[in-house]
Amino acid sequence: MTTRTATARSWFSFFARAPAPPKLPASLAVSNVTVTYPNGNTALTEASFTLAPGTIAALVGVNGSGKSTLFKAIMGFIEPVSGSVTIAGLPARDALRLGIVAYVPQSEEVDWNFPVLVEDVVMMGRYGRMGPLRIPSTEDREKVTAALARVGLADLRQRQIGELSGGQKKRVFLARALAQEGRIILLDEPFTGVDVTTERQIIALMRELRAEGCLMLVSTHNLGSVPEFCDQVVLVNRTVLAAGPTATTFTQANLERAFGGVLRRFRLEGTALHDDADRRSVTVLTDDERPVVFYGEAKKSDEPLPTNQSRAEAARQAIAPSPAAVPAPAVVPSKEPTP
Amino acid sequence: MSGLLAMLAEPFGYDYMWKAMWVSALVGAACAFLSCYLMLKGWSLMGDALGHAVVPGVAIAYLMAWPYAAGAFIAGLVAALGMHLVRSRSRLREDAVIGIVFTTFFAAGLLIASLNPTSVDIQSIVLGNILAIGDDEARQVVWIAGITLAVLLVVWKDLMAVFFDEQHARSIGIPATALKIVFFTLLAATTVAALQTVGACLVIATVVTPGATAYLLTDRFSRLIQIAVVLGAVTGFFGAYLSYFVNGATGGVIVTLQTLIFLAAFVFAPKHGLLAQRRRGRAPAAVGVASVEGTRS
Repeated sequence: MTTRTATARSWFSFFARAPAPPKLPASLAVSNVTVTYPNGNTALTEASFTLAPGTIAALVGVNGSGKSTLFKAIMGFIEPVSGSVTIAGLPARDALRLGIVAYVPQSEEVDWNFPVLVEDVVMMGRYGRMGPLRIPSTEDREKVTAALARVGLADLRQRQIGELSGGQKKRVFLARALAQEGRIILLDEPFTGVDVTTERQIIALMRELRAEGCLMLVSTHNLGSVPEFCDQVVLVNRTVLAAGPTATTFTQANLERAFGGVLRRFRLEGTALHDDADRRSVTVLTDDERPVVFYGEAKKSDEPLPTNQSRAEAARQAIAPSPAAVPAPAVVPSKEPTP
Repeated sequence: MSGLLAMLAEPFGYDYMWKAMWVSALVGAACAFLSCYLMLKGWSLMGDALGHAVVPGVAIAYLMAWPYAAGAFIAGLVAALGMHLVRSRSRLREDAVIGIVFTTFFAAGLLIASLNPTSVDIQSIVLGNILAIGDDEARQVVWIAGITLAVLLVVWKDLMAVFFDEQHARSIGIPATALKIVFFTLLAATTVAALQTVGACLVIATVVTPGATAYLLTDRFSRLIQIAVVLGAVTGFFGAYLSYFVNGATGGVIVTLQTLIFLAAFVFAPKHGLLAQRRRGRAPAAVGVASVEGTRS
């Protein structure tokens, strides 16, 4: 598209409805992105990864590792000092204008007392497709109804959002992303504070969207669920440490690199585990949600890394529930080489 | 009986009363529209701050024989910038910053006015004097309130999206920063207009109370705006009307009316009122519903 036609269209579209987004491949490429905040703090250095359409990717890292910075860079809220974000083959800014990037916020970021009904929130997903006065058309109303039905909130559309349960609240914003017809959906901690049923529903919905060719990037502390529903993993700690298929990237060694000792970690040695000659050990890693379990040979090098815990982290661990209280772990065969 | 009716109709017989009632209604509506957004963001005090901060601008404008609105508007913008500067360059909380900046400006205004007692009528700035408003000033106020209402009618949904979820609003291409600048510009301008009707001290009420009252009566933003604007206009109109009988304290009457309606809503609102909450037992509505729905899903 040339600049001139783009300008002409933007003038025209001031009064007209925005066109439906073209069916672009939902791909995402972040290359060498460095983000420095005005206060001089460099939150991300040379971060790179690419994701193909039809993918569910987990974004994993400690708090303050740059996950939200990465989201903001993808959504174009902060301009990287260097590097670039390419969405569906377009520069981020152009892709955002087409409304193909949908964002599902953390529950903590939402003002649940805001006087809006469930259907109003979902309708906001359609705003990018409406004219400047945001007057909904029949199509907009149909899309909202369909989105609400798909997440199972059709009966609750007239409720004020604060009157919903934790899982329903999450689904309102998923419905907004559906109504927006976002092809690339960014989900910020979708599993925090939801029950197992809701978690399954959300995962089922993401799988459907994956089958439709959508790309989902999910930031999560729920390490145990990652192998269950994510094809790709992006590990961040002030840069992208590793990115790739879950089987090869979501390994014990990589996780310990990403978390640098702040994970809760349990290791059961071969001798404590069996009476026989089996030398394998079990390692349980948890970021205080559902843990991930690695089963395999222990190496001397996976002794806990020197920890550099903040006081807040120490306090969080002190009040964390005992391991018996955490949900059923997912078991991953360890990919570590046998010594 | 006819004597009473004649007495009640008396204010309508005077041009200055007609003018005061209609101007107050228009300003009340504009303030009420803005109040819907202000109170949701915890920015209610911002209206108060701006109301006081424009006082030195008005005082200087009177001294220099400028249009008072220009002076007030410049002072409002300087105050808003000052608040932004202090907040971003210090670790003070927002309420402390607002408190410091607006008292500083108000003090400067009083000082300037008291040094030149003949040229500035400080009482009309602080308390408002809609009954004595001149035609030129009335025209200014009507323009400000009219433009504010017109702009808000166009952008109200976008503003709602920005105030509700700024990240999402930006991600679908709504120019959030530009809209916020427009909002605060309208707020500053409307505050200046409201100085004429209720005065600097009571501006806060007109940009908070109608929205707060409506918030108790509805869960839907479009309805919230309708209720607030009607309340603002009606209390403005009848406040001015009633002030004829209580001899001049227009601002006081308008705000008293608004407060009475707020109190009524606070007690009797069908869902969020005190009585409704008591009927449901002590648990607030949201918790009860959430637990029921939680078990269902």
